[in-house]
Parts: sequence; structure tokens; C-alpha cells
Amino acid sequence: MSGIIGKKIGMTSFFDANGKYIPCTVIEAGPCVVTQVKTNEKDGYSALQLAFDEKKEKHTSSAMKGHFALAKTTPKRKIVEFRSFEEQKNLGDVITVELFAEGDFVDVIGTSKGKGFQGVVKRHGFSGVGHANKSHGQHDRERAPGSLGASSDPSRVMKGMRMAGRMGGDRVKMSNLEVVKIMADKNVLLIKGSVPGAKGSYVLIEK
Amino acid sequence: MSLLLDYVKKQLTAETKHPKFKAGDTVTVSYKIKEGDKERIQQFSGVVIQRKNENATATFTVRKMSNGVGVERIFPVASPFIDSIVLNKVGVVRRAKLFYLRERTGKSARIREKIQNNKNNA
Repeated sequence: MSGIIGKKIGMTSFFDANGKYIPCTVIEAGPCVVTQVKTNEKDGYSALQLAFDEKKEKHTSSAMKGHFALAKTTPKRKIVEFRSFEEQKNLGDVITVELFAEGDFVDVIGTSKGKGFQGVVKRHGFSGVGHANKSHGQHDRERAPGSLGASSDPSRVMKGMRMAGRMGGDRVKMSNLEVVKIMADKNVLLIKGSVPGAKGSYVLIEK
Repeated sequence: MSLLLDYVKKQLTAETKHPKFKAGDTVTVSYKIKEGDKERIQQFSGVVIQRKNENATATFTVRKMSNGVGVERIFPVASPFIDSIVLNKVGVVRRAKLFYLRERTGKSARIREKIQNNKNNA
């Protein structure tokens, strides 16, 4: 699966040729440098290691400086491996948004926005108790989870019981998003609809 | 806002030939409406009570009184369905959003018209 590393910039919308209003996410994608080619013989699996986003030399460890020097490139911030890349690439090759074409359907992987410690209504979609009328005898526990299970028979809470806890900050993949526009001069991809993650966070775009 | 996002928004903005107008102006918007495969033009005229956002996502709200009922309509500036916008009157107002017009009717909802200085224009 071919892919590229990008950075979520923000969202906007525009009218397309048919007069439809298209909401889209702006992603600065690439240019990514191939910093390592992993092969079956040497590493036990084949993959392409890509690096993206400039980084200052003084913030780079000596080990990483050497790694980037092998690919004859400057230090980069984000390094990601892509398994089974369709195109044949060599060390030091540059991958740009030209990997994609307008109208392609891609998968986008990002880290969802952290929501903190959330209750079961927000986290698992429990319906809660009627908010407006506070019915069923509830007056101050409209978002409580209710019973966790039966009584003395299991005498314990079942495994996997959905409860309150940390929400968000997960790796989320969204499939079949349309590439509506490519601005190759600025390395920009416009993808229809929203994409997981906060502005400025890294995303992976896979074809 | 990010510079790159700004750039992308400018790229997406289609050039429009509409006249310049602001809140307080009276405009007539000719809007194309598709019915099946037929297309007709509907006109909506009233006072612009706000302009919102910029570039590709810019919109403006037009308010008019229809049979004693206030009607507001929001148009995207970049909409390809806007056939034309005619500037009927330039108003003198002291704010950018004229939501106070919603509470007013009749005389108190009037907006002073800007007196065009012909000397300067000539």
C-alpha cells in the first residue's frame, strides 16, 4: 500500500464545477524522503521508511544525523514505515503528492483529539436518563451508567463492561475519502470531508 | 490562521463580478433555481444585515419584510447559482452586523441612505 506522511492544516470548502459545495480538509503532504529500504532478506519483511517535516540539526541526535546522512537528506521530524509499497523506490528518493490523482479514494490515519476523562454517555453512547424532564425518579444522575450487572450470581463485573475513562487520542483510520484537489506547487492535498486529529498533527495518507 | 490555509482558500476563491457592498446596503440578488431540468431566476431584495467569513467561504445575509413577516436568506458569495447582485441603495450604518433590525419594524427599521457626492465622482 503506497502512502505519504502529511500534516493537517485545517478545513475549508468551495463550489465544484457542478455547483456542489464541497467541505474539505487541507493536508500538507510531503515531500517525503526514503530514509531506509527494508527487504525480506535483510530485515525479514519489506517496507519503505519515509521521513517528513524539517527539523533543526541541533535538535537531532548523532545517531539520527548519521541515518539521515545515509539517505543524503536533512534531519526530519516524523519517520514512518510503509509496508508493501507499490512503486519501486530507492534510498534518498523523494515522494510527493503526485503519488495521488484527483478523484482517487484514499485512507487517512490520524490520532484523534484527546477528550480527557469522559462518562459513558459521551464515551460509549449510553442514552442517559431523560434530560429535560429528569424522569424515572432521577433528579441528579442523568448521565450515570446505572447497573453494572446482576447480583450474587456472577458476583463480579463482567469483563469488557463499558465504563467511564480516557477518551480520544487513539489511532483512527478513515477509509475511502476522496481526493478533491491537488496543489502540487505547495504540496497540498484537499480531501473531502473531515479527517481524524487536531490541526498541526501528523496524518498518514494511504492509497 | 495558517499561511498555507490562507493560500489554499485564496486559490479556491472564484473571481466574481459582483459589486462591492456592505452591511446596511440594499441589494437585489438574482438566484438561479433548478426545477428538474428547467432553470429559472428568482429575485430576493432586501437589506444586507451581515457579511461573514472570507474568500471561498464568505456569505452574506439579506433581510426583507414579506407580508409583515421578516425573512432572512443567507447566500454564499462564491455560489455559482447567483446570477447577479444589484446594489440598489448604499446605507449609512454604524456597525457591521445589523441584528438590531430584527427587533424593529416600520419607521424605526429604516436605514439612512448615503448621499452620493457628485462633485467627487465626476
